[in-house]
Amino acid sequence: MAETANPAHGPSDGETRRDFLLYASSAVGVVGAGLALWPFIHSMNPAADVLALASTEVNLSAIAEGQAITVMWRGKPVFVRHRTEAEIEAARSVNIDQLADPQSDEDRVQQPRWLVMVGVCTHLGCIPLGQKPSDPKGDFGGWFCPCHGSHYDTSGRIRKGPAPLNLPIPEYAFLDDETILIG
Amino acid sequence: MSAASNNKIVKWVDERLPIFTMVQHSAVEYPTPRNLNYWWNFGSLAGFALVIMILTGLFLAMSYTAHTDYAFQSVERIMRDVNYGWLLRYMHANGASMFFIVVFIHIFRGLYYGSYKPPREILWWVGLVIMLLMMATAFMGYVLPWGQMSFWGATVITNLFSAIPVVGEHIVVWLWGGFSVDNPTLNRFFALHFLLPFVILGAVVVHVWALHTVRSNNPLGIDVKSPQDTIPFHPYYTIKDLYGMGVFMMFFAVFLFWYPNALGHPDNYIPADPMVTPAHIVPEWYFLPFYAILRAVPDKLGGVLLMFASIGVLAALPWLDTSKVRSCTFRPIYKWFFWIFVADTFVLGYIGAMPAEEPYVVIGQVATAWYFIHLLIITPLVGWLEKPKPLPESISSPVVKSGAATEAARNAA
Repeated sequence: MAETANPAHGPSDGETRRDFLLYASSAVGVVGAGLALWPFIHSMNPAADVLALASTEVNLSAIAEGQAITVMWRGKPVFVRHRTEAEIEAARSVNIDQLADPQSDEDRVQQPRWLVMVGVCTHLGCIPLGQKPSDPKGDFGGWFCPCHGSHYDTSGRIRKGPAPLNLPIPEYAFLDDETILIG
Repeated sequence: MSAASNNKIVKWVDERLPIFTMVQHSAVEYPTPRNLNYWWNFGSLAGFALVIMILTGLFLAMSYTAHTDYAFQSVERIMRDVNYGWLLRYMHANGASMFFIVVFIHIFRGLYYGSYKPPREILWWVGLVIMLLMMATAFMGYVLPWGQMSFWGATVITNLFSAIPVVGEHIVVWLWGGFSVDNPTLNRFFALHFLLPFVILGAVVVHVWALHTVRSNNPLGIDVKSPQDTIPFHPYYTIKDLYGMGVFMMFFAVFLFWYPNALGHPDNYIPADPMVTPAHIVPEWYFLPFYAILRAVPDKLGGVLLMFASIGVLAALPWLDTSKVRSCTFRPIYKWFFWIFVADTFVLGYIGAMPAEEPYVVIGQVATAWYFIHLLIITPLVGWLEKPKPLPESISSPVVKSGAATEAARNAA
């Protein structure tokens, strides 16, 4: 052990100190590179002007019973439908346990007359038909996606076809009886 | 395989594609003269600056719109709305200046230590090609924000080609894709500005290839004679280059965070207006010496030719310099002329920024004349007439001898 009397110059000690310096400087380098990388990655996230347009106000007063309109929200179509009593009845009389994506109609609306949902098929992103009176509405009187044949009911739930989920409900709120704010 | 790894995957790959061996040879073992000083940091710094420019440029391109109606707004959107867009744009704009600072120092280092002399002529030429590509890239990049300086800079520089006899006007119309600098010009400049950095990258690979063939010059300017004269690149010069990078990044950060617009021109924050020329058009600082040479000649074609000649003459330097000695350290007379030449380029840069009136015109003409006198007359003449100082026997001998001397002195004490 006499050789290690001067530890600063001992061969084994020199190795560990060099190792320490190598690991320490590598760690600093990796952390620094990671920090430097973040602005680059974050620059690809939605910019301030994009986020500023992330909510949409919709006036419901002009939509008559049985009519539907499509509004643009975050670059996607949102279906707003003024449902008839028969449509609401059809949506509520379904046995929920038989659905592919079980969800009650009550959970999908804030006011039964107004169905608000993102009009993008949950299969591969096409826009289902059913907004216009002349459109095919599928076997369940709601919407029909022409791309791969998914059928949605009057609550926008998937009933038949390859789509796995119901049409999603966006975050929205009634500002007053005739206005909603989506997003 | 010489790669110091027993890893089976590394071996498997290396036997099929010797990429690890290549890295080992060129970045680890590469025998580097042991006496390189800090002026040798600027090569790796230039490579670092190129990487910064390509990275920031790529991400800026994702938010930029190359159309005369949207370009200016899209740049302002980058500044205000895109996350860290201000940082990316300021890094890119100031990074261009940093790149030129580093490359100019790199070139002056080559001039002082005679790095252009045999056998490094092609290495030198590839370097000059890189500088020309950088200038073209920087010019076209400056057009993209579509401010007043962008537009009028593009107009003035493309009009240089109209000085060519007979076909000049046709060439300019072809460059513009129209009858003035307009949307087609902006579109093609964006396409080329995206392409050229990768061409530069390719030229850098050739530059490094040539370097590793003829090996690095060194401050003594004498050839490596024995393994004693060299040390492996890693860890000695990797760590030294990293240290230089740290200092460089601090220098960069001062401009980036405190004076991000100091090297730019305020007029470029005015949207391009083809109907109004700014009162005082000045190129970016890195073009100023060349701009001064252009203006020194009261003749359109003559000025353009002289400006291109100022770089062309540098390509002939390996033959214009008749000295047998590379490094100015051993050239007592030429050393002074080197520093006068450096000062001359600074004078040219200053004149380039001044308006075209007296006394600047005469000073610019004298400085331009000296630029060419230095390269075409002084350099060959001094090479013949000067008596260089005696060269050391080898790169290691001064070190080894002085080491032996101190050892002897210590023993004596």
